[in-house]
Amino acid sequence: MSDVSIPLRDKIYQDNIHVFETASKKAKQTGIIFTVVVLYFLFAFFSLGVDKIAEKWNPERASFLALDIYAHKDHFKMPWKKTENKLQITLEGNLRQEYKVTPEWAEKSDDNKWTVTLKNGGKVDAYYFPDNPLAGYAVMYDFPGVEEIFTFRINEDKRPYVEGYEDRVEELPEFIRQTKNKLEVRPSLFSRIQFTKSKIEIHRFSRGWKYFWFDNKGPLDGYSLFGALSKIFSGDRIVEEMSNAKLIWVEFTENELWQHGKAWYALLETIIMAFMGTLIAMLVGFPLAFLAAYNITPLAGVRFAVRRLFDFLRGIDFLVWSLIFLRAFGPGPFTGIFAIAFTDTGTLGKLMSEAIENTEKNQKEGVESTGANKTLQNRFGIIPQILPVFISQSLYYLESNTRGAVIIGAMGAGGIGLQFLGALQTGTDFENVAYYTVLVVGVVIAMDMFSAWLRKKLIVPFGQFG
Amino acid sequence: MNSTKSIPDHIQKIDNDLLKLERAKRNYSFISIGIVILVCYLGISVSENSNAGSFARGISSFFDYPVDIISEAYQSGFSFYGLIIKYIPVLIETINMAVFSTTVGFIGGLIFSIFSARNLIKNPTVIFWVRRLMDVCRAFPELVIALLFLYLMGKSALPAVIAISIHTAGALGKLFSEAVENCDMKQIEGLESVGAKWIMRVRFGIIPQVFPILLSYTLLRLEINVRASTILGFVGAGGIGEILSKNIQWKYGADICAVILILVLTITAIDYLSRYFRGILIGDGKKGLGFGTKILPGKNE
Repeated sequence: MSDVSIPLRDKIYQDNIHVFETASKKAKQTGIIFTVVVLYFLFAFFSLGVDKIAEKWNPERASFLALDIYAHKDHFKMPWKKTENKLQITLEGNLRQEYKVTPEWAEKSDDNKWTVTLKNGGKVDAYYFPDNPLAGYAVMYDFPGVEEIFTFRINEDKRPYVEGYEDRVEELPEFIRQTKNKLEVRPSLFSRIQFTKSKIEIHRFSRGWKYFWFDNKGPLDGYSLFGALSKIFSGDRIVEEMSNAKLIWVEFTENELWQHGKAWYALLETIIMAFMGTLIAMLVGFPLAFLAAYNITPLAGVRFAVRRLFDFLRGIDFLVWSLIFLRAFGPGPFTGIFAIAFTDTGTLGKLMSEAIENTEKNQKEGVESTGANKTLQNRFGIIPQILPVFISQSLYYLESNTRGAVIIGAMGAGGIGLQFLGALQTGTDFENVAYYTVLVVGVVIAMDMFSAWLRKKLIVPFGQFG
Repeated sequence: MNSTKSIPDHIQKIDNDLLKLERAKRNYSFISIGIVILVCYLGISVSENSNAGSFARGISSFFDYPVDIISEAYQSGFSFYGLIIKYIPVLIETINMAVFSTTVGFIGGLIFSIFSARNLIKNPTVIFWVRRLMDVCRAFPELVIALLFLYLMGKSALPAVIAISIHTAGALGKLFSEAVENCDMKQIEGLESVGAKWIMRVRFGIIPQVFPILLSYTLLRLEINVRASTILGFVGAGGIGEILSKNIQWKYGADICAVILILVLTITAIDYLSRYFRGILIGDGKKGLGFGTKILPGKNE
């Protein structure tokens, strides 16, 4: 810059003044737009409560959800009264999932004493007295990182307390929470003890999805998947009535905890909704598109009517369509099929009519010159031009409608969306939520890949449309 | 016999090949039509089985619900217009949700696209992982993320904002990265030759080239997100969707009608506005209401 003398610089500026003016005007405009966008952003930030994100976050629920997704828990529930009859060892606290055989981690080690060994170390001894329920107590020891041995008891006022901490509750370690009626103890992530005047409940977490292949009700309880599969080729039947292969299939699909059969059927319903909906939209939208294109239909009135029909179908969102169809057809795939078909007839039809209007005249004229009639002109002059666009767009819609079908399902049309919503609303079965999420995401990705593959197969030979 | 003899061999061969191709094509057509019919049959039978009401009854009662709510709206007379004004604030909340999360998604998508473009990043590991992250963001439907966050954070607009932002970032990121990869590299080289750092090369070499197309993709996405935020409101994320769901539960016909009306008007208006601006941005000959077939990558891509 120092080489350029001041007068020369001024001269350059004077000669190109319009450039500098345009640039500064543009910079000002950009500045104004930018400020408006930032101001709006701030307004939306606070009005939507994004700043309260940390307050609203529920860490307890989050950690529970995260833990439940990759682990399962066994409940050991021991009431102090009538202990012998009422002791329950269940999976996830579900009465229908009670263990028939006492698992090896729970042991009756004495006449009036049960010992529960938790995952990753730690033991709890629970003592009960049939004659005097209030004398029941529990001792926890051997937990990794916990030196002290804690004893939980019930006092005369029927309040639970920790022995030695009666008068200094505030000195209890962090993992023990004492309230009026309950002691809540979480010595490690994989264990939880709840101690009240009426019972002790021990939750024992372990990794993995239990009974994913076969539930504990059927004859295949205890078999691993490969263990069971290898039985297919052995001669002797596990159950008399059916062959081993059939048994495995039945046990798998009718798994009470995971309900594979139901979930997969729901998945099929969702795919059918997307597929049939898109197909109907294609079949109806394609001919209508010809009616809406000015180079095919000379009647302005017909064109106008068909175009407004497209706008109407598109403008009413598929949310509203599915509400209307939900009333007409009731919950089920028909609702989803028609909601998708109605919306997409509008979108695809509109899109295709534009594509028809953008076609080259020459090809049609070429066909015309051979003496072909109007129908044949359209068949060989127009359709080959728009077919690749039509197919690739339809495949895009099929793909996005798979997601749409999940959403319509959750709003009442059934399918995997509804299953997902149902599992989430129980507030406890997060392993099922995770399973359905995997299924949903899997089917979405599979549909993506399928349509990309088909598009490539069908479109690339036509070359110019890429 | 004589005439066939007179055709040279290579022409005869081409003729035969053509015939063969034709036959193969016809076979493929028949097979695919067969598959489609099979799937249709399967689909209809599954639907008939698992639908609560039958198809025939559904068709006949199709108009019942619309007629019901419209007649209720008609009976309410002039107070119907009051209802429309009453629901404007919640409509604005829904639009806010959509605009805000589209903006967040735009920023996320921009970052994703730059770090997954082969012409800007030389490290294949980074590209691979950023792309997989993008795929994951895209594959989760908004509804799934929103429902999980609704459980974790309680009912408010926030879960919807988070869900739409995540999905939008993934979806836009993929489209953006294609745009960035198709950039003219000469500008980058020019900037490199005057010693510009990487960030400056991206800022002055790439962004000005792709910005119009990025904005037009974002507008398209905004259109989708307005619909999405309505739907997420329906499952508890506030805004006009929640009001609609409540009115449906209470069976307030006039209110339902009013909400649907302003919803349809808004969606149509945003549709036209976005198309108008896209026409200006892309400038594909037709200013304004040109549909821009080129830039329509599928509505929910």
